[in-house]
Amino acid sequence: MTRQHMSGASILWECLEREGVQHVFGYPGGAILPAYDALKGSKIHHILVRHEQGATHMADGYARASGQVGVAVATSGPGATNMVTGIATAMLDSSPIVCITGQVGSKLIGSDAFQETDITGVTLPITKHNYLVTHASEVARTIREAFYVARSGRPGPVLVDITKDAQQSTCEFDWEAAKPQLPGYRPDLSPERKEYEQALELIHNSKRPVILAGHGIIISGAMNEVREFAERAGIPVALTLLGLGAFPASHPLNLGMMGMHGEAWVNHTIQEADLLLAFGMRFDDRVTGNLKTYASNAKKIHIEIDPAEINKNVKVDVPLVGDLREVLHELLPHVESIDRSEWLDSIDKLKGDAAVRDIQNLPDSGHLYAAHVINDLWRETRDGDTVVVTDVGQHQMWEAQYYKHEKPRSLITSGGLGTMGFALPAGIGAKVARPEADVWVIVGDGGFQMTLCELATIVQEKLKVNIAIINNGFLGMVRQWQEFFYERNYAATPLLNPDFGKLGEAYGIRSMTVTERSQVVPSVQAARQHDGPVLINFRVEQEDTVYPMVAAGASLHEMIRRPSKIVETAADE
Amino acid sequence: MLNTYVVYVENKPGVLTRVASLFRRRAFNIDSLTVGRTEKPEVSRMTITVDADHDHARRIEANLYKLVNVLLVENITNLPAIVRDLAMIKVAATHEARSHVLELASVFRARVVDVAPESLTIEITGAEDKIDGLLEVLRPYGVLEMVRTGIVAMRRGKSSTVSSTAATDQDVSEDDVSHSV
Repeated sequence: MTRQHMSGASILWECLEREGVQHVFGYPGGAILPAYDALKGSKIHHILVRHEQGATHMADGYARASGQVGVAVATSGPGATNMVTGIATAMLDSSPIVCITGQVGSKLIGSDAFQETDITGVTLPITKHNYLVTHASEVARTIREAFYVARSGRPGPVLVDITKDAQQSTCEFDWEAAKPQLPGYRPDLSPERKEYEQALELIHNSKRPVILAGHGIIISGAMNEVREFAERAGIPVALTLLGLGAFPASHPLNLGMMGMHGEAWVNHTIQEADLLLAFGMRFDDRVTGNLKTYASNAKKIHIEIDPAEINKNVKVDVPLVGDLREVLHELLPHVESIDRSEWLDSIDKLKGDAAVRDIQNLPDSGHLYAAHVINDLWRETRDGDTVVVTDVGQHQMWEAQYYKHEKPRSLITSGGLGTMGFALPAGIGAKVARPEADVWVIVGDGGFQMTLCELATIVQEKLKVNIAIINNGFLGMVRQWQEFFYERNYAATPLLNPDFGKLGEAYGIRSMTVTERSQVVPSVQAARQHDGPVLINFRVEQEDTVYPMVAAGASLHEMIRRPSKIVETAADE
Repeated sequence: MLNTYVVYVENKPGVLTRVASLFRRRAFNIDSLTVGRTEKPEVSRMTITVDADHDHARRIEANLYKLVNVLLVENITNLPAIVRDLAMIKVAATHEARSHVLELASVFRARVVDVAPESLTIEITGAEDKIDGLLEVLRPYGVLEMVRTGIVAMRRGKSSTVSSTAATDQDVSEDDVSHSV
């Protein structure tokens, strides 16, 4: 392409197009108006959100559903600060998003001008990197660098703050000359020969190994490699919350989710293991429990792309720093097939004992439990290309326990930051990224009300998003902690809610309210058949509890189990 | 133990904030930090000392590398290096004490840079313990004011990769390390 004289605003959209962007989620305002004015010449579809936090979660959901970089746009000041929660969410879950913000004119910077905020300063600790652009001539290189940094290595959010005058002024646009110049950025690390050999020795000498499967598998696209590795070496696989879908739930070697609300057999298996193989996970405190007693007899191999994660929480014996898929490619030819049936049988015994405690085996007493809703939803939607997007809290844990994910990118949830209000906008982003997929937003009544304004975005964009509100009239997870640890002092957790059905109708969204288990399946079927967005208000048991639970700071094997009365009932049936 | 890092960064606005913010966010406590220009206009150089055990020291290095503008990090704690701190010390020195103070300064090879009726200002450059030593013997006379730059450090013999070649070249030869004084 020959050189052209263009405004910074036009260069912005041109560069986004060249980076493969088809959709952006944004909200206009004074300092970003030149960019919006130049949007009309672009092929990019702009989705108008109702709050900038929503734009960042949508970009995040878009990125997680597709693996492509999601883009959010906002104006300066409050527009930019509203993005903070979404940026922090993407940072902790390694999600590649690029946030573009307008900034006051470069001559006004530092003068406390109208809607001026030092957003690069504000977002410094919650972005992978950020930029302040004050000249049109810097726009092209900055956008190219932003996308490169966001998507390479351990992905993350990058913010580009562009002053109004940089958008308005013009310069020569030369894509080729604007190549990224990042001499200090090294996303492509790989382990040393010696480390591979040490890892193989530990693997071959291990009698009780477990793979800890994390989000890195999905980001790296290493699902096949992990599966081949597990099958060849006969090693069971436990998953983190963000790892769900990285290894098929129906696979005989799949144990399920580990950690605070992991099933008992998973946590016991980890505690009894003699080798942990951590694949693209970071030993979060929700996964390890008390570090002093965590898998104390196990050697640890950590395959991880971010060197700063090595020995951060758990001291490991062999670190393999690099892209998981590439590292497994190196390891696989040398992995010996070993019969570990004794170990696998012992895990099966743990499993058999714990399965009867499960609420899904309870007789249908007419009560509507969230677990029933999610289990039925799974049965109805399991065969299709379904993306479930969850919020944060009890429903999120029940979803992780009862919805069996077979494929990567079939669950999107806020793990690291635990951001309430994430699900609805992230679900919108997922639907935009994968219009053919059946998108189900599962959200609590608390989190739903944090970002429900985005219902209007769904309607305006004519998006077929299905919303299942798990409505128990409480901030359920906080209530559960109050029940266990604060003597049932339910301070500020009961919610007086509006009629969500009427609310949905007010937005023009077909809405249903379900109070009995027998209505769950028909409502899900009706939602799937309806050609448009649907909201189902599931009014579930108010004081239900997520079991098992490892209390914060307790050892991983010290779980609070479902009270025995219910277990006995289940066993009797 | 006290770890000393030499950190080469791109000479761009805001890089100092990024480094300082990293230490704050990860709760690593900076003992001293100096920053200045190098022989290359596009590269700035920091000397950072941090109290950290072995594992912490390694994590600090890994976290510094996560900053996109950081070019090279060297932990020179256990390497042969020249380490210098500069201090200016204003000492109360009336007529009768003056000659004693001057004598002490000369023993420490410090220079007197300002003389006033009631005080002397001494400039001293050296390793931190040398400055601590001078400070200790001056204290009985009354230290009125003191300022220190924090240390700057440089490895003996070999040149760093960022200084000698392009920033991307990472080959380091250990052979050319000089252990001479």
